[in-house]
Amino acid sequence: MPPHGQRETWTTRIGVILAVTGSAVGLGNFLRFPGLAAQYGGGAFMVAYLCAFLLLGLPIAFAEWAMGRYGGMRGYNSSPGIYRVIWKSRAAPYFGILAMIVPVGIYMYYVYIESWCLAYACRYLAGAMNLGTEPTRYRAFFEHFVGLHNHGESLSTPGEGILGSAVFFLVICFALNFVLIYRGLSKGIEWFCRWAMPALVICAVIVLIRVLTLGTPDPVKPDQNVLNGLGYMWNPVKPEMTFWEALADPEMWMKAASQIFFSLSVGFGIIITYASYVKKDDDIALSSLTAAAGNEFCEVVLGGLITVPAAFVFLGPQIGKELGNPFALGFMALPSVFNQMPVGWLFGFLFFFLLFLAAITSSLSMLQPAVALLEEGLGLNRRASVAVLGFITAIGSTAVVYFSKNFVALDTLDFWVATFAIYLLATFQTILFGWVFGVEKGMEELQRGAEIRIPGIFKPIIKYVTPLYLLAVFGLWLYKNFFALPKGETGRIQQVFSDPVVGGMVFFILAVAILFAFLIAQSVRNWRRLEATQEEVTI
Amino acid sequence: MTLGGWIVMLLSVGGATGLLAWCLYKVLTTPGSEEHLGQVEIHTPDMDQD
Repeated sequence: MPPHGQRETWTTRIGVILAVTGSAVGLGNFLRFPGLAAQYGGGAFMVAYLCAFLLLGLPIAFAEWAMGRYGGMRGYNSSPGIYRVIWKSRAAPYFGILAMIVPVGIYMYYVYIESWCLAYACRYLAGAMNLGTEPTRYRAFFEHFVGLHNHGESLSTPGEGILGSAVFFLVICFALNFVLIYRGLSKGIEWFCRWAMPALVICAVIVLIRVLTLGTPDPVKPDQNVLNGLGYMWNPVKPEMTFWEALADPEMWMKAASQIFFSLSVGFGIIITYASYVKKDDDIALSSLTAAAGNEFCEVVLGGLITVPAAFVFLGPQIGKELGNPFALGFMALPSVFNQMPVGWLFGFLFFFLLFLAAITSSLSMLQPAVALLEEGLGLNRRASVAVLGFITAIGSTAVVYFSKNFVALDTLDFWVATFAIYLLATFQTILFGWVFGVEKGMEELQRGAEIRIPGIFKPIIKYVTPLYLLAVFGLWLYKNFFALPKGETGRIQQVFSDPVVGGMVFFILAVAILFAFLIAQSVRNWRRLEATQEEVTI
Repeated sequence: MTLGGWIVMLLSVGGATGLLAWCLYKVLTTPGSEEHLGQVEIHTPDMDQD
């Protein structure tokens, strides 16, 4: 029986598809994917990427959609509630701590990056991004803007006013996210995604047309043309490594897998929550596939054809050193590119505005899982839930803004929450679906009301291949980050005890995790009480 | 750009675009697709005969 009578749902199928696609499409689609593909050679990376998509991303997305709707039909929208419905164990809801800490922890720094995109877009409109032809000036601006060299540096904006204040734009983004969340699922998230996603695609297509028609902008450098830019991105053979050498690199497989995780937003605890709001016989098989396809279109087509080719045309092969760093590619190299482009301010604005839209549709989705728990578990109203969540995330975001030297706070959250915890959560959810819920029952749930048939091959894939693939990638990641560190590099565990900022951030993550554990414990008590009352009424 | 580059790019871009186009076609043409566009769903007695 449902724990609460009135159930919030998505208004339309297109709405839920756009919301899930919006959650998936983020900064990584336009900055991280192109960098990785170009770094390893389009051919080899795309092989690893396709394998990760078919064996990891899509199966986990299917699992989250099916479990989410199953839980939603029984009145639960939060991950702890859904886990409890599927797995009749006292421990089950407490795995929901991961499903809370992952999206909330990522939101704390993601909203800050989102604010950089909005700031850059506004600066282009105001004509404040013309810093000259020297690429180093854009680097210097970005480093000061985000406070890369000193803690608290981004709080000062000498001579720049509000347009140079990262904090000002952070406050705007923070407020916008919470206003939309406060408006609710259909009037907030769905309404916003219904216009933001088409706007994002329109902006991207305009920038793409501009990039593909650049030709050879500098006749003195005939090699720096669009075709060579596309070749730099997609050619399977790189001067530094062959296709087969790249394919044999385990690190590339690991990066392709993590890109798929981030890209599809699987293992975040978001899809499972979003799917819990669909109606009983909605076609979730087609919706999940469409959302994944929408994300891949934005990533492979729009991201793959814009970012690296544009950077190559104006900056040449020297862009190679920026490929592994999405911040350097997006916020240092590309502004220099737009500056050299005719009507560059317009394309700069469009590009950073589309990044902002991609980011905000993702950050919105990161808040909903915790709001769902606060509302259904503790019985808080929307205003109270938003206030509690706003307070927690404001503390984390403040720490990220202030402890900005070498992005130490941001990096700590990214490592422990956005990588380590995601692997744990994805592994748990895969095993929960394949082995506890049961792959037959799970696929039956996925197919109910579906217009398309999910191939039967996905049953053994979800049950055996996905968990093994996931464990292999996780094992490789653990080995690389904990046991095979380069000489002289301080280990992540050591950093917790040697660097007070890292230690403080880890302590904060643990404190938030404990808080969620208490909230889940209280929710479980409330659910039990409610279930007992409903049983009495039935008798 | 090499021939290999063209092949990889066209397969990747074509595959992603084709998949999305097929999915959108299915979403918009399956029975009850008007509901997907957010119109009010009115239940009439003749629906029960189907």
